[in-house]
Amino acid sequence: MKRYSIFAVAREAARYHTGWDRAWASPEPKKKYDAIIIGAGGHGLATAYYLGKNHGIKNVAILEKGWLGGGNTGRNTTIIRSNYLQDPSAAIYEKSRSLYETMSQDLNYNVMFSPRGVIMLAQTEHEVRGYLRTAHANAQQGVATEFIGPEQVKKLVPIINIHGPRYPVLGGLWQARGGTARHDAVAWGYARACSDMGMDVIQKCEVTGVRRENGRVVGVDTTKGAIDCDKLGIVVAGHTSDLAEMAGFRLPIESVALQALVSEPIKPCMDVVVMANTVHGYMSQSDKGEMVIGGGTDGFNNYTQRGSFHHIEETVRALVETFPMISRLKMLRQWGGIVDMTGDRSPILSKTPVDGVFVNCGWGTGGFKAIPGSGWAMAELMAKGQSPLTDEFSMWRFREGKFIDESVAAGVAH
Amino acid sequence: MSTRIQTGGRLIDRTKSVTFKFNGRKLQGYAGDTLASALLANDQMLVGRSFKYHRPRGVVASGAEEPNALVNMGEGAFFEPNQRATTTEVFDGLTATSQNHWPTLEFDVGAINTYLSRFLPAGFYYKMFMYPRAFWKHVYEPFIRQSAGLGKAPKQKDGSDYEHFYAFYDVVVIGGGIAGLQAAKTAAAAGAKVLVMEQTADWGGRAVVDGAEIDGASADAFVAATVAELQAMDNVTLKTRMMGAGVYDHGYLLGYERVSDHDPSLAGPRHRLWRIRTAQIISATGAIERPLSFAGNDIPGVLLASAVRDYLVNWGVSIGERTIVVTNNDDAYRTAIALKQAGLSVPMILDARKSGGGALAQQARDMGIRVENGKAIAKVHGGKRVTAVSICDQAGEGVVLDTIGCDAVAMSGGWSPVVHLYSHCGGKLNWDAEQVMFRPDLTRMPTNQNGQGFVMPAGTANGEMSTAATLADATARALDVVAALGKSAPTLTAPTAASEDAAAIEPVWMMPQGANIKLRMKSWLDYQNDVKVSDVQLAAREGYESVEHTKRYTTLGMATDQGKLSNINGLATLSGALNADIPQVGTTTFRPPYTPISLASIAGSARDEVFQPIRKTPMQDWHMANGADFEPVGHWRRPYCFPRAGETKAQAVEREILQTRKSLGLLDASTLGKIIVKGPDAGKFMDMLYTNMMSTLKVGKCRYGLMCSENGFLSDDGVVARIDENTFLCHTTTGGADRIHAHMEEWLQTEWWDWKVYTANVTEQFAQVAVVGPNARKVLEKLGGMDVSKEALGFMEWADGTLGGFDARVYRISFSGELSYEIAVPASQGRVFWDALLAAGAEFNVMPYGTEALHVMRAEKGFIMIGDETDGTIIPQDLGLNWAISKKKEDYIGKRAQERTFMVDSKRWKLVGLETTDGSVIPDGAYAVGEGVNANGQRNMIGRVTSTYYSPTLGRGIAMGLVLDGPDRMGETIEFPKVDGGSITAKIVDQVFYDKEGTKQDV
Repeated sequence: MKRYSIFAVAREAARYHTGWDRAWASPEPKKKYDAIIIGAGGHGLATAYYLGKNHGIKNVAILEKGWLGGGNTGRNTTIIRSNYLQDPSAAIYEKSRSLYETMSQDLNYNVMFSPRGVIMLAQTEHEVRGYLRTAHANAQQGVATEFIGPEQVKKLVPIINIHGPRYPVLGGLWQARGGTARHDAVAWGYARACSDMGMDVIQKCEVTGVRRENGRVVGVDTTKGAIDCDKLGIVVAGHTSDLAEMAGFRLPIESVALQALVSEPIKPCMDVVVMANTVHGYMSQSDKGEMVIGGGTDGFNNYTQRGSFHHIEETVRALVETFPMISRLKMLRQWGGIVDMTGDRSPILSKTPVDGVFVNCGWGTGGFKAIPGSGWAMAELMAKGQSPLTDEFSMWRFREGKFIDESVAAGVAH
Repeated sequence: MSTRIQTGGRLIDRTKSVTFKFNGRKLQGYAGDTLASALLANDQMLVGRSFKYHRPRGVVASGAEEPNALVNMGEGAFFEPNQRATTTEVFDGLTATSQNHWPTLEFDVGAINTYLSRFLPAGFYYKMFMYPRAFWKHVYEPFIRQSAGLGKAPKQKDGSDYEHFYAFYDVVVIGGGIAGLQAAKTAAAAGAKVLVMEQTADWGGRAVVDGAEIDGASADAFVAATVAELQAMDNVTLKTRMMGAGVYDHGYLLGYERVSDHDPSLAGPRHRLWRIRTAQIISATGAIERPLSFAGNDIPGVLLASAVRDYLVNWGVSIGERTIVVTNNDDAYRTAIALKQAGLSVPMILDARKSGGGALAQQARDMGIRVENGKAIAKVHGGKRVTAVSICDQAGEGVVLDTIGCDAVAMSGGWSPVVHLYSHCGGKLNWDAEQVMFRPDLTRMPTNQNGQGFVMPAGTANGEMSTAATLADATARALDVVAALGKSAPTLTAPTAASEDAAAIEPVWMMPQGANIKLRMKSWLDYQNDVKVSDVQLAAREGYESVEHTKRYTTLGMATDQGKLSNINGLATLSGALNADIPQVGTTTFRPPYTPISLASIAGSARDEVFQPIRKTPMQDWHMANGADFEPVGHWRRPYCFPRAGETKAQAVEREILQTRKSLGLLDASTLGKIIVKGPDAGKFMDMLYTNMMSTLKVGKCRYGLMCSENGFLSDDGVVARIDENTFLCHTTTGGADRIHAHMEEWLQTEWWDWKVYTANVTEQFAQVAVVGPNARKVLEKLGGMDVSKEALGFMEWADGTLGGFDARVYRISFSGELSYEIAVPASQGRVFWDALLAAGAEFNVMPYGTEALHVMRAEKGFIMIGDETDGTIIPQDLGLNWAISKKKEDYIGKRAQERTFMVDSKRWKLVGLETTDGSVIPDGAYAVGEGVNANGQRNMIGRVTSTYYSPTLGRGIAMGLVLDGPDRMGETIEFPKVDGGSITAKIVDQVFYDKEGTKQDV
């Protein structure tokens, strides 16, 4: 693999960029792999990457029904933060956030991690107490956050209306090393690194069945034929329930559309990410200049990858109230992704009733920020059968009632 | 130069001139001008700078597809960036400035990027800026952000108004060209309720510009007659300046009406968003011309051939004196002919087709225009304006045959039907190789809730390119829609037009075909985002083969025009690079809105005070008049406290508490949820709803009850009163009323639908006042009426009666630990009753108190608060509330969940009281830590504070918290670290700090 650098770009410029290699190969499937990962989104690719990098398992295929990074990895609002309340969440999201810090250098692919800071606004007394609690918990969890007052919020976000007549800003939970990254680049960077390790990233290859013998996985059927494997990781977000059904078990997952939208690009006016949970919306400005906006999920289950207008209305209304100056900006594009929601809105990283089959799902509305941490933990789980980062995220927790409920802190999509 | 010519301009009124400003310069235009046509009339070809290389950009199109002519419009509270000049109607006093340059439009420092462009191909930023790591945040990213973006950010709050409009139709026709009008006429004649919307200010679309003949007369005449006919019909609504913005599932359609953008002096909203439910949509949205890819095709002065024609015919503006036309189809000849007819010079038509054009080509030749077949543009010369064109063979590699001076180039690469609205909800397309376009596949239309197609393309939008075929298709498709509605076809004579003798288009995706890399690096696909043919080819080479990868890697089609000009050319280039067929490569997804719509229009009128409805109690006016400091609670606002002059909030709270405990306090408790549960099965239902046994509650008695979710978690609490054998009144928390009512209804409607129970949320039917303190009874006795003595109305009892002449329902319940009555009166009497209580209480120095005093007093008494002691993960057993969980009942909602292994784990944290060793107040949200760290390196935590206050009654900090083994560790101390260092030590104590025996409330 040719290393990317400013010198490489300059060298290639001399020959009109005709010498660049493919970022990832386009192989046909082999007969058998040590491990197959279903889903070449961020989580699937990161899982494969750390299987190779941390555990030396490189005979790996990553199967993708469509194009790599084409699911929620390429549809989210790119927010990265780890200011979660519950211990298991804080652990995996902070692991993830810290991996984002060096991801560009680790992958030799600029994913543009931008630790610009994330504020979660407190707009009711109840929310103030909730975020004070999170700040205390984070201090013990090794996550750097602080509760800041309204004046400091205004200083960080001059365009905000802190004296809104309806919900004045009472403060906010500030994570200075939270931020954003270029979502596509995360998938592309991992795909390139996986391909470079000799792994097969196979696109347009849909899994149609999971083959088992004596309660153990032996391979998968795909639109490109049968492929054998020793271990199988299901990492497909929205369609997890379908894959689980193929493997013969059920999961407590619902699939719903989460929407996002962007404005037309404007010159820089907002340097941090703001999440306003009381009014239900969040916003940041992309490096291109678009205001990137998200809100809650649709109130019904579906698989269409497009949403209803009603949620867009609710979200935009909330943000126009919070940031009055965006009123005359225009919505350029809206879209939807299908997110997989568990009962407690926390993910599942778990062994399954089928030996050799592992599942990584349920990231719901907040999966992008978790990509590297999720991949790191899932790889450890698949390689060793156990990981301290995944212990609490077992699929059996729902049977025990051992929920990891983050809605306690932020009752909004993230 | 571009200028206004002496004649022509079917849309302008030469008797009405308007004055506007561009970059501070005063310019003149005519009523009917767009900002683009007015700028061009003033020879202002340079209108902006491109996104990446800051290349000079001129107007390239004449409508919604324009990628270049974006301006900052207006000032102050009416400022708006990225306004498209081609769809902005000019008005007197309009001010606009160009975007994305520094210091000036003519001299932009950022244009250095164009010289570096060789080093900045698609995706260059993924390959560099990685070292040193901290530089991304502090150096690279700020620089990139500064040079990116387009218009300026508005600084002020929007000064305009917006509104939503809800409408219902059988058929909505989008597009007011000849196809749309004909389709509307057909559907309306069948009796359908029809809305026709046209995004511009004028009816007729392209046909009227192109001088089509319909039924032997001009298209203008046909349009005028049809519009008049439709206007006369009661079942038809016609709307101009209204765009079909988005199609959503189930026949939901957004119409974006720009009510006063063209004349801000008009009264009413600026934009009106139409939220339409319609059975059928006819998408008569026409087509958009494609540019051709040749070197220098982005230089100002290179326009779409149709745009050159539009400016000439509609606005009487010539783009240049000498215009070279370059094409791969017959339509562009119309431009050459129109220019020639207007007396302008057309030095040459370059037709890339070896065999040339049809009848129109002959007509051009007959007019003396030089037509060169098989020829192409090798390169356009010029910087901020076209100066000349070098000619070459289309089949070759770009060897220059000749260079011809000119100041404009009119290009046409063929036409793409506007399939956006058809595609929003999943309509599929076919590649028409003969016409070189994607067109709707009518066998794979978007379907509605009945599986029936509901977005019908018609006319040019359906791939029918000639006037005759467009009209025929519009009629036929409208009849399809009429049939889908179950209506019978009307008898109408379809309009006719002569058939056209046109030569077939030939696909030309690169000009010349064998262009070398240097030419390809100068051949633009996406003008705004600076994506060139070489960029798409680079993406393909690097493995970004999916059309979505190419788009995202190169940013092709991601600009504000969303690829209206660039997408098809881009994906054709990609398919060429991949050696794949165009349909195999496919298109990117078409997403709403068709063109950007204001965020304000989406928000509508819901702003400021009416952003969300504020629910008000009958006493709200008194609170406001008496200095209440409010906090939002659900959709209510409740007084947090009533500070007096010179008093801090904390001092006010302290005063309110002390006076209530000493004498008498009043709380407006009207926001508390009040839900009636009634029916023969009400007792059975109540037993399932609450953990307590409610069916045994005696009429006239009250009981404190707990409600849990299916997962066993405590979700709400409150006092239940049994009104009669079949009726219960359930008090809920303020924030919980609507949620709990919905919860009740969900169970009744989905699980226990055969139970005879009705529920009604009567929260707002009553005003409720808590009369609290040692003098509570005295003040009620002073009001006079019903007997409120201990004997007549004991603790946890209720009674109906009158008090001071008011109809009252009096509950003897207490959330403060004091003698307390909660009195409900009809909401209409609430304020007078409140006033009466204040008057009667004056002698006791009565003191209204707010939510904070309420919270502190309940904490002093050790009562839990939903939302403080609970957070959705707490079961009643954690809070020592086992006494409120019936052991006799077989079941209640949450019971089974509470039996799960983790729920019965003895290591669950349990509620205790906490007393700081130094009397200070534990910070809100603090956690108690134990020894060591867990497997993930986090400090082991053993508890947390749930409520923490300074108690004025006790003069010290008090708290409640959930602690590991808490109830077994009474008297022990635990550590609460503070976030800013240091820690607080607290002793585990009983949670009831005030009046442990409960003697004060039961007197």
